[in-house]
Amino acid sequence: MSTPLQIVVCGSIVPDPLQTLEPVIGPGGPSLKNEMMLPAVLDPWAGHALYEAAHLSQKMPGSKVWLVSLGPKAKLQQVMMTVAQKAPFELVALDGPASGFTDSFETAAALAAAIEGIAGLDRARLLLFGGWESASRGAGSTLQMVGERLGIAEQFQGVDQLTVRDDGSLEILERVEGGRHQVSTCSAPPAVLGWATGHLPEPRNNPQVGMVNMRAVMPALQRARAAGIANAGLTFASVSLPKQQRETRIVKNLPAEEIAREIVAWIAEE
Amino acid sequence: MDTILLLAHTEPDGTLAKPALEALSAALALGGDLTIGLAGAAAQPAADQVAGCGAARFLAVTGDAFAEPRYSTDAAAAEALCRAAGASMAIAPSTSRWARALPGVAYRLGGRIDTHAASLAARNGAPEVTRWFYRQRMEAVLSRSQRPWMVLLDPGSFAPWSGPAGTAEVEAVALEAPETRTAVTGVRAPQSGEQTIRPDAKLLFVAGAGWTKKQADGAVHSAEAETLILGFLRAAKASLGGSKSLVDLSGEGEAVLRFMTHLNQVGQTGSTPRHPKGLSTCCHGEEPHVVGWRFIHERRAINLDPNCGWARGKADVLYVADAFEVMRQVNRLLGS
Repeated sequence: MSTPLQIVVCGSIVPDPLQTLEPVIGPGGPSLKNEMMLPAVLDPWAGHALYEAAHLSQKMPGSKVWLVSLGPKAKLQQVMMTVAQKAPFELVALDGPASGFTDSFETAAALAAAIEGIAGLDRARLLLFGGWESASRGAGSTLQMVGERLGIAEQFQGVDQLTVRDDGSLEILERVEGGRHQVSTCSAPPAVLGWATGHLPEPRNNPQVGMVNMRAVMPALQRARAAGIANAGLTFASVSLPKQQRETRIVKNLPAEEIAREIVAWIAEE
Repeated sequence: MDTILLLAHTEPDGTLAKPALEALSAALALGGDLTIGLAGAAAQPAADQVAGCGAARFLAVTGDAFAEPRYSTDAAAAEALCRAAGASMAIAPSTSRWARALPGVAYRLGGRIDTHAASLAARNGAPEVTRWFYRQRMEAVLSRSQRPWMVLLDPGSFAPWSGPAGTAEVEAVALEAPETRTAVTGVRAPQSGEQTIRPDAKLLFVAGAGWTKKQADGAVHSAEAETLILGFLRAAKASLGGSKSLVDLSGEGEAVLRFMTHLNQVGQTGSTPRHPKGLSTCCHGEEPHVVGWRFIHERRAINLDPNCGWARGKADVLYVADAFEVMRQVNRLLGS
């Protein structure tokens, strides 16, 4: 197998998708009502990226995974209690907002600076992972800007599969229109890969991995530098919940054939 | 007033696809001087296609190196077009190609980018973008002071531009292709060999996990479910969406719907496609009914549960019936 990889995963936290979210606008811009009280989880796409990184690292001995995460320190600590049991990684924490309303440009600057600060990181072997979007802002633009700041022009988004070949080159499947995948090869790292869902299920909790991770996670959280995201130049005129509530016509006790006729007629309507 | 650049990549035949024409409508609606920047193997057919749109200039980066969707070459082409146009705003369709490349271009230009824009309008002469946050759970209107400001428009948000073709005078922007370590080797279709995702379809058919559960006779009928669903998709030329629970089942290798992949998933961690109509079947839950069809105009659902809290209030019509029986009849009527 080829040279070991150094995989940096960018990923933050989002409110648990089952929570009710309500926006509020304050002097600092929009945020979520009771944001700090909402239970948080690792962003789903960042999670896929982390699990793919861990899987790849396991297959290539000597490889290492870092998780670079920007979020409120207290919430990060809470989420890491679970995430740390899923896969081995070293946390690089940044204490700042994880809100969906933060600007991707400034977020990318903070993440890139943190990655540049990782001691001993070999850029020639670097794979920069992350979710292709997030469940908060869904910008789909942060990773590209981190890559640009790190001087990486081999970038892939919507990745569902990465294969490292024996010669160290990469074969990548990216989502494109029409439910298809574009197949590309990249001769060698460094590269940026924004993951869609990949193919791996969420790993089961492994308390042993968790114990090893947490030894480094707590000091990393204590060392977390403050990363202010000012959202400079960005103005929100409004943030609102969709109010649309439809008057649903309930159709009961109608034979299947009649329902089918109604549906077919409806489909044919222009 | 801002000067506008429409960024579009050409298709293999040199023309513009529907998302680019939609972005052109949005750019024209903003007012201001419009430049059209084209990238691809060839640009003249595309420029001629929209020659009558009133654009002041047509710029193009062309060549074989710019034919394939690839970050390094696409970003270089877009950067060169932006610099040549000198526009304060760049509007582009949110295709997989531009979504991959343009954020990096915004950084190179010292500008900003907003993606997944659902609307773009000028208020008091200043552009404002409407987009959704937290996976389509809330909508915000925002503006920026930084320029250039790049905006990626979600397909389906605007009516495509239509107008007279003609002969456009295209200014070539000279650009040497950047060195790249990436080669595009092809496109892989779904493993089932059946195309189930059709972005331009008039109808989104959403299948839920109920298709894989025991039916009234106490047995699972996943083979018949596959036949019914695929038959309907072919006959109605519909696109297929799946609830997370159903897609996850497929990923776990259970004997379920073999053509269902994560690419079909709609909802929180899936897509939120835009179609005029949507029909959900055997679905229960917030994701398919609320998030997954946020942008579906007319919605109907087939569900055995008349009290399904997710269909009530979100669908226009809820048919309380067995989806197997109804879809058998629908397919018969459609001649499938």
